[in-house]
Amino acid sequence: MVRRARTTAQGVPSLCHNRGVKFLRMKPGHGEVLIAEGDPEVTEEERELVEAFRHQLDQGMWAAVPLTGPAGRRQAQMVKAFDEIPRDADRVIFFPRAAGG
Amino acid sequence: MVLALSVTTIVVVVLLWEASMPRIGEAWRRHKARRAIVPTFDHDPGRDLRAEQKARTLLRSCVNEEEWAMYRDLGFIRVWGQRSQGVEYAYLVYPHKPVVAYLPQTGVLLNEYCVEFPDEERPYGTTRLPDSDDVLAKWMALTGDERRLINSANMHLPGRQVDPKQVRRDLWRLSRWERQRLGGDDARRSAGSLPA
Repeated sequence: MVRRARTTAQGVPSLCHNRGVKFLRMKPGHGEVLIAEGDPEVTEEERELVEAFRHQLDQGMWAAVPLTGPAGRRQAQMVKAFDEIPRDADRVIFFPRAAGG
Repeated sequence: MVLALSVTTIVVVVLLWEASMPRIGEAWRRHKARRAIVPTFDHDPGRDLRAEQKARTLLRSCVNEEEWAMYRDLGFIRVWGQRSQGVEYAYLVYPHKPVVAYLPQTGVLLNEYCVEFPDEERPYGTTRLPDSDDVLAKWMALTGDERRLINSANMHLPGRQVDPKQVRRDLWRLSRWERQRLGGDDARRSAGSLPA
């Protein structure tokens, strides 16, 4: 959550400081809760994001990225690994995995 | 004589131990359970309402304008199926009810997919997401990985949990709602407020 380092994953200073992704988690009685936020281009923040991502998946969450497709069509992309998050994603939503009701 | 008496005593003690141990264990567990502090949560309608308001805002930011208006006006969202092999089908997504698959052309109901998203952390003692979060979870799972969601669900014939009459009524409401929207769009277009 804290933006400490300002170097990219490649060790090059980041030119764009306001780019970031938010990790939101749906919770009963809460609505969504912000669990992590950071710039994946910044090494330190990327590490924290990866950690938060893994933690949520370890807890049995599913992760989805809401997207706007061609012709303005809205859809979601389910992601199972941090690397699958689209680079331009501004948020990832975690929600409990589906179970037969 | 003493030896025989000792052996008999030992056997009797062992048998009594074996016979009574489960009962003693059960009684001890019950005693502990009675003394355990079980966290209880008072139902707070305000908290639920605030959670639902947040969930609605999140849902609105994810789905398109038509889907949002559909949910706001009708209480459900239609999601088109993507695994079609020539036949168009769709789902009706209700909050905390099974997803209903149907054929839009004929209105024939295909299946009910019973699925839920229980949060086992149970904040406030419940596993239930707010209504709009439940709808959004279904929408994301259906548009993102339809097969995975369907495979996770329990499939039943229509009518198991959702009244087919209710679904048919909802489909009728949906068609009427779409006609009205189309009419409204046409009217605005002719008035020049919408691009043709």
